[in-house]
Amino acid sequence: MNKGSGITRATLAKDLRLEWRSKDAINSMLFFALLVVVIFSFSFDPTAEESRRIAGGLVWVAFLFAAVVALNQTWARELRNQVLDAYRVSPAPANSLFLAKALGNFIFVAVLEALMTPLFIVFYNLRAVGPAYQLLVVAVLGTWALVVNGTFFAAISLRTRSREIMLPLLLFPISIPALLAMVEATSSILTGEFSAKFWIVLLVAYDVVFTMASLFLFELVLHAE
Amino acid sequence: MKRVFPILAILTAALLSYGLYQALVVAPTEKTMGDVQRIFYYHVPSAWTAGVLFFVNFIASIVYLMRRNTKADALAVASAEVGVVFCTIVLVTGPIWARPVWGIWWTWDLRLTLTLVLWLIYVSYLLLRRFSTSGQTPVIAAVLAIFGTLDIPLVYFSIWFFRTQHPQPVIGGGGSIDPAMLHAFFVNLVAFTCFGALVCWSRYRLEVLRREVEETQALESLLEVRNSR
Repeated sequence: MNKGSGITRATLAKDLRLEWRSKDAINSMLFFALLVVVIFSFSFDPTAEESRRIAGGLVWVAFLFAAVVALNQTWARELRNQVLDAYRVSPAPANSLFLAKALGNFIFVAVLEALMTPLFIVFYNLRAVGPAYQLLVVAVLGTWALVVNGTFFAAISLRTRSREIMLPLLLFPISIPALLAMVEATSSILTGEFSAKFWIVLLVAYDVVFTMASLFLFELVLHAE
Repeated sequence: MKRVFPILAILTAALLSYGLYQALVVAPTEKTMGDVQRIFYYHVPSAWTAGVLFFVNFIASIVYLMRRNTKADALAVASAEVGVVFCTIVLVTGPIWARPVWGIWWTWDLRLTLTLVLWLIYVSYLLLRRFSTSGQTPVIAAVLAIFGTLDIPLVYFSIWFFRTQHPQPVIGGGGSIDPAMLHAFFVNLVAFTCFGALVCWSRYRLEVLRREVEETQALESLLEVRNSR
C-alpha cells in the first residue's frame, strides 16, 4: 500500500513537472475551449435569461471536448522510449500508475475549468439563481467522472489504429449518464428552478462504480498489448 | 450439436411464418391506432431479442476474462453483432409506429433514449474490435463490454429522472388486450427469440471457423518458411 502510493506520487510529480515545463496539454486545451466558447456564442447569441438555461450544456460540452485533448496525451507520452513497456515489466502495481494518471488529468482539467469559468461568465452574462456552492461539488464530481473513464479508455484506445479518434468514440457513449447529470445539475443550479440533489447523487454513484471498475480491470488493459 | 442447427432452423422458419400469419391476419385490428399497431408484434420481440443478446455478450465477456476461452470470445462477437442488428430494427420500427400514433417520429422518452444509448455503446464496442491492432483484442473488448453493462442502470436512472421533470408523452392507452393479440404477440416473441439464437449461432460458427482458418494459414506459412530454408 505504502509502496503503491509512493509510485503514484512519483508518477504524478513527473507528469506535473513535464506539463509545467512544456505546457502542451494545458495550452491546447485552453485554446480549444476558448474557440468552442466563441463559436457557440456566435451561433446562439443568447439573452441572459436564455443563456442561463443552455449554459450548463455549453460549458460541459466545451470542457468535454477540451478534456479529450489532454486525455489523448496521457499514455501516448509513455510510448516514446518504451516507457510503458518498462512499467509493464516493473513490479509496480498497475493501479498506482492508473491513479497517478487519473489524478494528473483531473488537475489539468480542473485548471482548465478554473481558467475558463470566468470567461463563460463574461461572455454569457451568467449568474446563479440557485445555491452556487453546489456548482463546485458538481464540477469536482463531474470532472472526476470524465477523467476516470477517459484515462481508462485512453489506455484502451492506445491499442487501436487512429487512436486519437477512438478515444471519444469509446468515451462519449459510456459518459452519457454522467454528462446528462452534469448538464442538468448545472442548469438547475443556474436557473434555480429544480433541486440538483438527485443529479449529484447520480454523479457520486457514477464515480464510485467506474472508479472501482477501472481499478479492478486496469491491470488487464495495461498488460494487453 | 451440429444436428440441432437444422432442426432449430426449420422450427424458426415455421414459427416465423405462423407468427406472421397470426400478426397480419388473425389478430384483430386495433381500434384507435389501426393497422400500424401490428408493427408491435415485431418491434417488442426484436427489443427482447436484442436485450437477451446483449446479456449473452456480457456473460460471454466475463467468462472470457475468467477462463480465457476463445469460444466465449467468439460468442461475445456474434451476440454483440446480432444484438446491434436487432436493436437497429427496434430503432427503425419504433418511429414508423410513433409517427401516425404520437404524431412525432422521435421523443426523448425513457425507453427510446435507453435503446439509443444501448445501441451507441454496442456500436462503439464493435468499432473497438474492428480498429484494434492489439493481439489481445478479446481482453480489451471484454473490458469494454463490462463497462457498458455497468453503465446501463446509470443511464436508466438518469433518463428516468430527466424525463419525470418534463411532460411525459402519451404512450398507447391502457385497457384490456384481445386474447388473439396476446397470442400473436407471444408466438412472435418465441419466433424472434429462436430467430435471434439461430442467427447468432451461425455467426458464432462462422467466427470459430474463421479463426481456425487463420490459425491453419499461420501454421502453414510458418511451415513453408521452415521448408524453404
